[in-house]
Amino acid sequence: MRRRVAIVGAGITLFRRRMLETPKELSFEASKMALDTAGLTLKDIQSVVSGSAPDAFDGVHMKGEYYLDGMGAIGKPHERVYVGGGTGVFTPIGGWWNVASGLYDTCLCVAEEKMSPLHPHPQYAFWSIFDQILERPLGTTLLWIFSLEMRRYMHKYGIKEEEIAEVAVKNKGNAVDHPCAQLGAKITVEDVMRSEPICEPVKRLDVSPPSDGAAAVILASEKVAKKLTDQPVWLDGVGWTLDSTHWTNRDLAYPEYVEKAAKMAYKMAGIKNPRKEIDVAEPYDPFDYKELHHLEGLQLAGKGEAPKMTIDGVTQRDGDLPVCPSGGLLGVGNPIAAAGMMKICEIFWQLRGEAGKRQVKKDARTGLAQAWGDLMQVGTVTVMRS
Amino acid sequence: MEMARYLKETGTKREYCAQVAVKNKKNALSNSRGVHGANIDKGIVMHSQVAASPLTELESSKGIDASIVFVLTSAQKARKLGDHTVWIRGIGWSSDTPVVEDRDLARAEYVEQAAGRAYKMANVKSPASYFDLAEVDDTYSYKELQSLEALKLASKGKAGKMVDTGTFDIDGRLPVNASGGSLGVGHLLEATGLHRTLEAVIQLRGQAGRLQVPRAKRALVQSWRGLPTATGAVAVLGN
Repeated sequence: MRRRVAIVGAGITLFRRRMLETPKELSFEASKMALDTAGLTLKDIQSVVSGSAPDAFDGVHMKGEYYLDGMGAIGKPHERVYVGGGTGVFTPIGGWWNVASGLYDTCLCVAEEKMSPLHPHPQYAFWSIFDQILERPLGTTLLWIFSLEMRRYMHKYGIKEEEIAEVAVKNKGNAVDHPCAQLGAKITVEDVMRSEPICEPVKRLDVSPPSDGAAAVILASEKVAKKLTDQPVWLDGVGWTLDSTHWTNRDLAYPEYVEKAAKMAYKMAGIKNPRKEIDVAEPYDPFDYKELHHLEGLQLAGKGEAPKMTIDGVTQRDGDLPVCPSGGLLGVGNPIAAAGMMKICEIFWQLRGEAGKRQVKKDARTGLAQAWGDLMQVGTVTVMRS
Repeated sequence: MEMARYLKETGTKREYCAQVAVKNKKNALSNSRGVHGANIDKGIVMHSQVAASPLTELESSKGIDASIVFVLTSAQKARKLGDHTVWIRGIGWSSDTPVVEDRDLARAEYVEQAAGRAYKMANVKSPASYFDLAEVDDTYSYKELQSLEALKLASKGKAGKMVDTGTFDIDGRLPVNASGGSLGVGHLLEATGLHRTLEAVIQLRGQAGRLQVPRAKRALVQSWRGLPTATGAVAVLGN
């Protein structure tokens, strides 16, 4: 019998290039804020789940062991979960197992990433992830695959680059109101189109930046949550799926892994019609086309229809389905695992009406956060309710 | 450093650590997976090449490659699946500080904490008399002694004497690493905990062949995450 799990506190650090701070310090900052806002201390925390993407980013092997004192996990059951870019949303799923199973009543979930130590660019951490026989001889990089995927998506549905650029404009604009944001800016579609091509059709402003940062939430069992707050946010559905690790074997125009993860989470949360029942969504947007891709996988837009929704303003903060009101990875920044957790924090604040200038116009009762990653084939989804 | 500190604080004799390697490598001779099995004595172990004084090469487990898979299911489903069910009665895991100089090197506090949680869940009141066998950390010889004490299967500073007098032999009062452990089978890094669990499951199913511990009903499994960590996990299994 699984128990109902609530989020009772959230914390986040400034997302920036933060060379002077260690991963331990970033973890500390996010954990402290989550604890303080929940009115708890470390003594009240029974278990800790952390998330962080490849060790190569921080430059520390087994970094889950290295940073655990920063987040306050000494002497506690601590585990690190890791599914690449999907980690940020998978971290509270790991915490959910701890609490829903009845094992623990409180669980601190922390996601941390420090990408600045890697030179000349964090992308170099990915040199070794590709298949040695089939892929490496092609000189594959992640950007290379994303450009293929973006092109495929555009080709299949007849989508224009300008339409995709609308996502970057929206998210960077939203991020202006986020106190932790790295790249909040009021830009135009023309700015995106004129930005430097990185791997065509992907251009500089289509992509989120490398960042350092951390974010955290605190999970509690129903009984404990009700004592702590009048506004628990319930983690009512969780889902995760892996597709083939061979990108050549995947449908590049449609993220099936997101669909399967979403359907698992919807089923658990009793959601029959996601487009009607989800009030606010934070899909993973490391690239602007990815927000569109993911909205379709999440069943929040029909196949090939997400660009039109964006152009029509449906996904604006005052629209019918606000998407990435935080500013997303494109605007707030992309410290991989922490970026996914930032989305969990955003939905928490949105559902509690605590998002300040970022608060969506509609009365949001049900929200969703999603991340994507690993070898670009993992989908992680959570459904939350106020 | 940790071994030296453990020996000093507990007054354990140096040769008792060597006896752990002797026992485990001997056990491994009867294990089809035991590629590091050997019939040797304490002298050979203590006079093997020094790995990092006082630890010798024959007291340090060697890396091997393998993969282990378990299928878990609910109690309801398990009952329909046949007679070979092994129950997970308790689990616990813990991490001590990652800063080496802040740890108590003589004690494995992470094992004490993890065991405390697992014993509580499984309602184990007197660990020393509860178990029929144990598969515990022996990444290095002294780790087995240090872990047995943290698990309360031996009192402080007594594990060495007990291993030397045969308490933990395969035909002793509490067989420890009857499989040969990591010293006899090899070390699987992050999969080591699953290897120890596998050996315990085979015992509880009565399928351990020449290694079989008679009337094995309750098993303890404990594993350490390895250097440089102070992280470990404990499971209480039963059939």
